[in-house]
Amino acid sequence: MMKGLKKWRLFSLLAVLTVFLAGCGQEELSTLLPAGQVGRDQFNLLLLSSGIMLLVIIVVVAIFLVALVRFRRSKLGEDHIPEQVEGSHKLELVWTIIPILLILLLAVPTVYYTYKLGDVSAMGAVDEDGNAENLVVDVTAKLYWWEFEYPDLGIVTAQELVVPMDEKVYFNLIAADVKHSFWIPAVGGKLDTNVENVNKFYLVFEKDSKDLKDGVFYGKCAELCGPSHALMDFKVKTMPRAEFDRWVTAMQASADNQVVANPEGQALFQQSCIGCHAVSGVGESGAQGPNLATFGDRNRVAGFMDHTKEDLIEWIKYPQEYKPGNKMPDFDGKLSDKELDAIAEYLMGLSVE
Amino acid sequence: MSSVAQKKGFGATLWDWLTTVDHKKIGILYFLGGGFFFVLGGIEAMLIRWQLHIPNNDFVSAGLFNDLITMHGTTMIFLAAMPILFGFMNAIMPLQIGARDVAFPFINSLGFWMFFFGGLFLNISWLFGEVPDAGWTSYASLSLASEGHGVDFYAIGLQIAGGGTLMAGINFLVTIINMRAPGMTYMRMPLFTWTTFVASAMILFAFPPLTVGLFFLTFDRMFGGNFFNHEMGGNTIIWEHIFWIFGHPEVYILILPAFGIFSEIFSIFSRKRLFGYPSMVFATVLIGFLGFMVWAHHMFTVGLGPTANAIFAVATMAIAVPTGVKIFNWLLTMWGGSIVVTTPMLYALGFIPSFVMGGVTGIMQGAAPLDYQLHDTYFIVAHFHYVIVGGVVLAILAATHLYWPKMFGTMLNETLGKVTFWFFFIGFHMTFLIQHWLGFWGMPRRVWTYMDGQGWNLANLISTVGAFLMAIGVIVLVYNAIVTSIKNVKVANDPWGDGRTLEWAIESPPIYYNFSATPLVRGLDSVWIEKMEGNESGLTPAEPIKDIHMPNGSIIPLLMSFGLFIAGFGAMFRTEESWGLPLLIFGLLWTFVSMAARSLQDDTGYYIKKEEILRDLKRKGGQN
Amino acid sequence: MDLNKKFTPETWPEHPERATLEAKNKFVGFWLFLGGETILFATLFATYVALKNSGPSGFGFSTQGLYELPLVFVMTMLLLTSSLTSVFAMYHLRNYNFKKMQLWLAVTAFLGLGFLMLEVYEFSHYVGLGFTFGNSAFSSAFYTLVGTHGFHVAVGLVWITLLIFRNAKRGLNLYNATKYYTFSLYWHFIDVVWVFIFTVVYLMGVVG
Repeated sequence: MMKGLKKWRLFSLLAVLTVFLAGCGQEELSTLLPAGQVGRDQFNLLLLSSGIMLLVIIVVVAIFLVALVRFRRSKLGEDHIPEQVEGSHKLELVWTIIPILLILLLAVPTVYYTYKLGDVSAMGAVDEDGNAENLVVDVTAKLYWWEFEYPDLGIVTAQELVVPMDEKVYFNLIAADVKHSFWIPAVGGKLDTNVENVNKFYLVFEKDSKDLKDGVFYGKCAELCGPSHALMDFKVKTMPRAEFDRWVTAMQASADNQVVANPEGQALFQQSCIGCHAVSGVGESGAQGPNLATFGDRNRVAGFMDHTKEDLIEWIKYPQEYKPGNKMPDFDGKLSDKELDAIAEYLMGLSVE
Repeated sequence: MSSVAQKKGFGATLWDWLTTVDHKKIGILYFLGGGFFFVLGGIEAMLIRWQLHIPNNDFVSAGLFNDLITMHGTTMIFLAAMPILFGFMNAIMPLQIGARDVAFPFINSLGFWMFFFGGLFLNISWLFGEVPDAGWTSYASLSLASEGHGVDFYAIGLQIAGGGTLMAGINFLVTIINMRAPGMTYMRMPLFTWTTFVASAMILFAFPPLTVGLFFLTFDRMFGGNFFNHEMGGNTIIWEHIFWIFGHPEVYILILPAFGIFSEIFSIFSRKRLFGYPSMVFATVLIGFLGFMVWAHHMFTVGLGPTANAIFAVATMAIAVPTGVKIFNWLLTMWGGSIVVTTPMLYALGFIPSFVMGGVTGIMQGAAPLDYQLHDTYFIVAHFHYVIVGGVVLAILAATHLYWPKMFGTMLNETLGKVTFWFFFIGFHMTFLIQHWLGFWGMPRRVWTYMDGQGWNLANLISTVGAFLMAIGVIVLVYNAIVTSIKNVKVANDPWGDGRTLEWAIESPPIYYNFSATPLVRGLDSVWIEKMEGNESGLTPAEPIKDIHMPNGSIIPLLMSFGLFIAGFGAMFRTEESWGLPLLIFGLLWTFVSMAARSLQDDTGYYIKKEEILRDLKRKGGQN
Repeated sequence: MDLNKKFTPETWPEHPERATLEAKNKFVGFWLFLGGETILFATLFATYVALKNSGPSGFGFSTQGLYELPLVFVMTMLLLTSSLTSVFAMYHLRNYNFKKMQLWLAVTAFLGLGFLMLEVYEFSHYVGLGFTFGNSAFSSAFYTLVGTHGFHVAVGLVWITLLIFRNAKRGLNLYNATKYYTFSLYWHFIDVVWVFIFTVVYLMGVVG
């Protein structure tokens, strides 16, 4: 395999050049700046394939241009009758065999990576004490938000996935209503969340999200799922394992020791919101609305609005306007401005970090 | 019926067009109907691009945007590209094989009217304000969840139009199998006829799954079925399989005739026989065959498992080989020829690099693991527009210029034609080239808006500007068509001067029975052969002039299609309106009675007498 | 084409169903149509196999419990016999023996009608058990597959009835010979589809 890799890297140089000239996009969501093994494998395949393809394009365009310049009627004269060539078996054989070879060159790594990236056999592995060896996250896609449950850790969160770096993180994916697709462009390719079966795959996160512009990677829904498909974003926080373990501990304790930034807001929340939104990170998936235990730590309101108190109040008042078709009713008129302010302050204070 | 009867009133002319079974007129009907929907789909595209030209735009709402993308895709594929190609197939293919008409003139007409009423049904959804909004693929979980009647319009409208397509496919197949002129062996058929043949065969095998899929969807949405409702044991992935078992061949049904058109153009305007004709034919058939083996490459991210993904990945890449053969054969047709850059040739020249780029990005997506990144992003949007616009639409525009004189008897203005080309071509690359990178940069497709600060703003703006350049090109074309039609300068048999196949040896437009005497075909490019041997007319008759059997016109196809159109509304409102069920029954009965009327009528056609043909010949100055 | 041209068994062509160009077209076109129909049924079969026995949680119906082979066996025999009688009819079409052809076609139609009535009985029996169309994915797939076949039988019956009555007084000519012949093709096709239904749905449902 390694020999092959070296060979086609030469090919890829040209491709790399083009891609770089045109820009690589932004670190937090570009597939051209892969931040993990899966994304990098796919990126390598991209370089290989675009290298081959560029070669093909160059050959075709070269013949094309030469033919176009050399054989113009304006040069040859109006009455020129070209020889009516029937074909050439030799030539036709050449341009049948060469493409087959080029395709084999691409097909071998394709098959290799297909199996490599599809390998989830280690998912259920347990050590001697019966503890899971690998981190598994159950992802449930809902209209239009994401729920992340860590079944072996007993915690659940939403909208912002938190994962440790430099290890395989396994995902169970399913949709609760209509089909969605789970995609973190910078880290690796997508996998659909079907309604009737669980899809499994893994990703590896190799870059600390702290160093990014917003401190998070961007995640997207990639399958049309209704009016607010475009707004079904989530964010990903990556951190070293030790830090992640601390976060998990804090989450597991979030049921008991919670900072309450605004007691009045808390009381109102208990009346109006608790039916759908939990504020404890302990639990399982299946909630009506996103879990808000880490709301203060998050980067966006509703996945896409600025993380400010003003935007949060706007959102609570008019969720249907901002994200049409989602399941949260408008609270405009049901809560006074003062009450909204209190709730917002309370929510912005929810933190485990 | 005869061409002498020019001075007909408006009513008689209209009746003539509504009842026509003449393949040339039906070709024009298809062309005009498809052209209308092409403009409609184009307007939808402009609205989409305008919405996306800046971040956070609120030009259209989220729901309306989904309506627009769904209708844009559905309209362009089913109601624009395919019917326009059918138009050319109808108008040209029978002439190319020396036939007087298609095998089933009545069914030909029925196919057109079903397409027309199906398209109308689909688009009437705009008036109801309940428009299909689950994407042109209408994946089951979303299409079942979609509220209102939008997706019902999709299911029923496509069912009606799809039935018409199936009929057209069978009709073309039988025409080519049975009605070739003496000497027109399979390996002497022009490439456009060959691609029509293979595309029709693909229609025959690809459309029944769509029919079944649409019935399932109809049953689930309107009649209490549970095919896709997973809570009742159904499975949404079945829809995806069925849709793509139809959907992937559908792409080749569109592109193969485009290949055929370009094969004709390269040959005519290089004044040279098509290079490697047998391998071109073989490649066409092979592409048609492989087209059925690769549907799951649309489903790499569905979770079918690595084995299925690997198999379909390799199968997909295999298609590159016959397609590559075609590209090189076109290049070698030009090589050593005498190239003149007319408008159709300009399109053909623009097609080569555009389509190659679309093709290679297709192979990139065939590499399954890479597709996990590219699937459902703007990369795929760029890819399929490179293939469909860079291939099919360029072919349609090329054929419009090439065959306009044959269909309408006058030429389109060449200068305006080239203006159209450059606007369209530059606009096309500007719109879609940059979208590859939008995909790389993480922009999913089918998003109605996007947030600022993701690095997508400039690329989207460029794309929108490009789209409007394309629109200008199309407007120039429409202007061109109107102006030249008003001037209506009549042209001779072969206005391009280097026509090689039978259609260029007869009048423009041909008389309603096409050939006074069925021609004898002595080789590939038969007219070219005749002319090289000094036969200026380009035709050698295979038989003496004799009476010609012709079919009668009929209004029944229109009536039958209209019945289905009515029944569609009945099915849709069956549960909520008291008139729903009666209307459904009435519509189906209407269709059935029309059909029975046809069956009981014993319509066996009529004969044109030999004397009349001789009279026509004399009028034309002895020319065929 | 002259509808009034009279034939004798001697002047009657050996292949009356494709003696003219129009007839040839219909003949080839109908074969192609049946090719498309094959794909249509293949899709229905695939869906049925994927969804059989599949229903909401606590779903009580299964192929083993539901189907009654004796009834289906009788239906199969009826349809197979009707295919045979249509072969007899075609034999007489070739021989230019109009009356016998009409007779055998009538027998074919009666057998087909018998099949259809048994199918209606079968369906109503299942519905009576609560196995309705909307009951589950299984029921939807079952009724759609078998019902589409039944619908084809019904269409065939209407078609042949119209043909028999329409031509009763006119006798055979080269125009309606193709119609008769394509009907018999259609009828064989329906028969073959039923053989598959009997095997895949019923036999494999009860035994497998």
